Amino acid sequence: MIFDYETLKIIWWAFVGVLIIGFALTDGFDFGVGMMLPFVGKTDAERRVLINSIGPTWEGNQTWFITAGGATFAAWPLVYATAFSGFYIALMVLLFSLFFRPVGFDYRSKVADPRWRNAWDWGLFAGGVVPPLICGVAFGNLLLGVPFHYDDTMRVEYTGNFFQLLNPFGLLAGLMSVAMLLTHGATFAMVKTEAEIAARVRKIAIYASLATLVLFVIGGYWVARGIDGYSITAMPSANTAFMPLAKTVEITSGAWMDNYVRWPETRAIPVAAIVALLLVALFGAWRKARLAFICSGIAVAGIILTAATAMFPFILPSSLDPRSSLTVWDAVSSQKTLGIMFWLVLFFLPLIMLYTAWVYRVMRGKVTLKHIADNEHTAY
Amino acid sequence: MLPIDEVVSLSRLQFAVTALYHFLFVPLTLGLSWILVIMESVYVMTGSPIYKDMTRFWGKLFGINFAMGVATGITLEFQFGTNWSYYSHYVGDIFGTPLAIEGMAAFFLESTFVGLFFFGWDRLSRVQHLLVTFLVALGSSLSALWILIANGWMNNPVGAEFNFETMRMELVSMTDVIFNPVAQVKFVHTVAAGYVTASMFVLGVSAYYLLKARDTQFALRSFAVAAGFGLASTLSVIVLGDESGYTAGEVNKVKLAAIEAEWDTHPAPAGITVFGMPDSKNERTDYAFKVPYVLGLIATRSTDTPVVGIKDLKKEHEVRIRNGMLAYAALTRLKSGDKSPAARAEFDKLKHDLGYGLLLKKYTPNVIDATPEQIAKAVDDTIPNVAPLFWSFRGMVALGMLFLFIFATSFYFLIRKQLAPQRWLLRLAVFSIPLPWIAAELGWIVAEYGRQPWTIAGILPTHLSASTLQPSSLYFSLAGFILFYTFLLVVEMVLMVKYAKRGPSSLHTGKYHWELLDKKPGAPSSTPPRAPLPKPSR
Repeated sequence: MIFDYETLKIIWWAFVGVLIIGFALTDGFDFGVGMMLPFVGKTDAERRVLINSIGPTWEGNQTWFITAGGATFAAWPLVYATAFSGFYIALMVLLFSLFFRPVGFDYRSKVADPRWRNAWDWGLFAGGVVPPLICGVAFGNLLLGVPFHYDDTMRVEYTGNFFQLLNPFGLLAGLMSVAMLLTHGATFAMVKTEAEIAARVRKIAIYASLATLVLFVIGGYWVARGIDGYSITAMPSANTAFMPLAKTVEITSGAWMDNYVRWPETRAIPVAAIVALLLVALFGAWRKARLAFICSGIAVAGIILTAATAMFPFILPSSLDPRSSLTVWDAVSSQKTLGIMFWLVLFFLPLIMLYTAWVYRVMRGKVTLKHIADNEHTAY
Repeated sequence: MLPIDEVVSLSRLQFAVTALYHFLFVPLTLGLSWILVIMESVYVMTGSPIYKDMTRFWGKLFGINFAMGVATGITLEFQFGTNWSYYSHYVGDIFGTPLAIEGMAAFFLESTFVGLFFFGWDRLSRVQHLLVTFLVALGSSLSALWILIANGWMNNPVGAEFNFETMRMELVSMTDVIFNPVAQVKFVHTVAAGYVTASMFVLGVSAYYLLKARDTQFALRSFAVAAGFGLASTLSVIVLGDESGYTAGEVNKVKLAAIEAEWDTHPAPAGITVFGMPDSKNERTDYAFKVPYVLGLIATRSTDTPVVGIKDLKKEHEVRIRNGMLAYAALTRLKSGDKSPAARAEFDKLKHDLGYGLLLKKYTPNVIDATPEQIAKAVDDTIPNVAPLFWSFRGMVALGMLFLFIFATSFYFLIRKQLAPQRWLLRLAVFSIPLPWIAAELGWIVAEYGRQPWTIAGILPTHLSASTLQPSSLYFSLAGFILFYTFLLVVEMVLMVKYAKRGPSSLHTGKYHWELLDKKPGAPSSTPPRAPLPKPSR
């Protein structure tokens, strides 16, 4: 292997980050369109325009989520085991809401009855709003720390419950996540639709981007001043394999800002997110659909990176037993597994991006009411 | 704290429910995607529009099924973490890798191109569209490959070693994991079973149109593709049936003995019990009807290797459990800080049996203080419940033979051009549509229920693998899955039946039965009178 274990561990932090950001950037706008569907689409035909703007490509986008799950399992087995069993109820609700999308897209147009179609629209709405909300609440709770610990056989025990996740900061993060992906969905729909629908989603893009901005700034201030961060005080060499309990961790107020102090250039990340959100509103006002969409993409990536940078090297801090906290150093697979997976990601990720780009190119162009009328029986 | 028994049972039930539901949709996706490739290839080569209509119509049904496959599949990617967190920690270093590769190398391919299959007809050239269809089919079969490599490793965990520093299994050889003989056999068997399922589906639905004498040209061509593909697939399932894989790996031997209700080791080659009543309590099979030699030939592919019986396996297991207690003691010594070369050597010598020692955790948390009664209980645990395996396996094999008969006779009458008078065969094909699903689910039960009491054969017992959750959480999730999946399944079936009955008329090309009927004023729109089958024009 050309890299030592420590470097591989950092590379894998970046890879998981890429997969999560890839998921947010692509499936993010599918969620956003789902959220707007029952409100922006006033008639069945208008709703079909929105659905068909994402219909041919949403399935590939969701695969980022599946792959991020699989990659977390392979590279960070302890994170996979601990986060998903800890957030059990939340994850189940997330999964239930995701059931409505594949069937909603495919089955909605297969029966003409308006009650049938309306019911699926609300299913697609749930599949659009619930996942970003739960993901946002979960990420918010990561910053707060989660109550779990390991015993000497590395069995995890989680002592919190679902309702404790719904604390003020967690809810703020959830709302921000919803607003962020609503922005992303609205800018995408600006690109893919025309006329009245485009005018409606343009308004949504402007308001949602400003709402995201406000929530992001409040959240940032809260993290800096209001909540305790975690830092490692001692641990074995990062180049070795060790268990989480082998390190010591302290909790101090404002510790999540340490990385921004240590590496001042990282401050560009939150600044980029803020600027990008402002530009979304501006480009929205100037009717520059493509530029607005690109800026909302930058904002999505910037917001996720802002939180990830603050927490590095922590992935899942434990509020109950800080030593049990999972970090990029001790939650990882063996050097061999990380090494093999490194080459696989290096090969497959560009390939995936290449053929995904080709599919988007084939499906380019606006979806119009005429298109729906012409393809009455084949469109979603 | 170990999860309580109720949580382990509920977690197992939930896994079985979600996996069995998912597996209602997977086989059809696996097979129908290739049938679409065959139909579309003919279209591209001949330019005959009926083959395009066939691809699009069966593609519609493919889509209805595919959506449910995706909906039920998401759960499985995350369920190891939610419900089997100790398992995920213990073997994630090895098991996670094929799942991640499945996402990157297979599922991405399938799901990125499936949208183009439906919406790319007017935007792609014929060859490009065929390539898209091919990539969807390739993606779905590759997906099965990586999932079965993961599953094969659970049944025969090669290429991995226990690391006491991290308290988990770690990867030693990725090549061993990928070329695991159990995984390879499982892949061929499972994928071919999917091809059979789809062939029976297309065969049965086409037979329905033939019986009703509508769209016969369309139906005959579809029937022909299904009969040919189905015959080849059924032969592969039977010839490459995965029983031959059961000789690889210790725990598979147990599974084989249980499936065959072989209580004693007989001199090779062993005879096969075609019928009998397995009696676990007295360890014997009543009313057994045995055919000599056959089991030895099928299972060991030789005439001189014996099939080890359950009673002998239990004796072996008792030795391994006692060794496992010593291994556990050696591990405890290492973990208490004594990492001297002697302590390491002691553990290395015994660690092969650590998993058997862990079986005792169910009865005594310290393992090393197990009483002879507790050891005896653990030995009994190593043998899965014989009767369900015995019957599931026989059900599956009998169905396989029926499929061979149906496809072979269909193929025979088809090439003799005498299909139309064989109304009994067409009816049999219609009524056999659900049977491959039953065979597939029985196969799942044989493979996974037969793995008990292990999640990872010989390495990690099931009762240690589960997450430490509250029973209430599990009742919530289990109820949710059953409710949502059943509701969606009903919706799926309604749509499937609706579109299957409507047939190619659902394409709105104006060429097919119901549309032609609607054009004629005054014509009855109910079932048309039966007409003799025209011969297919070539």
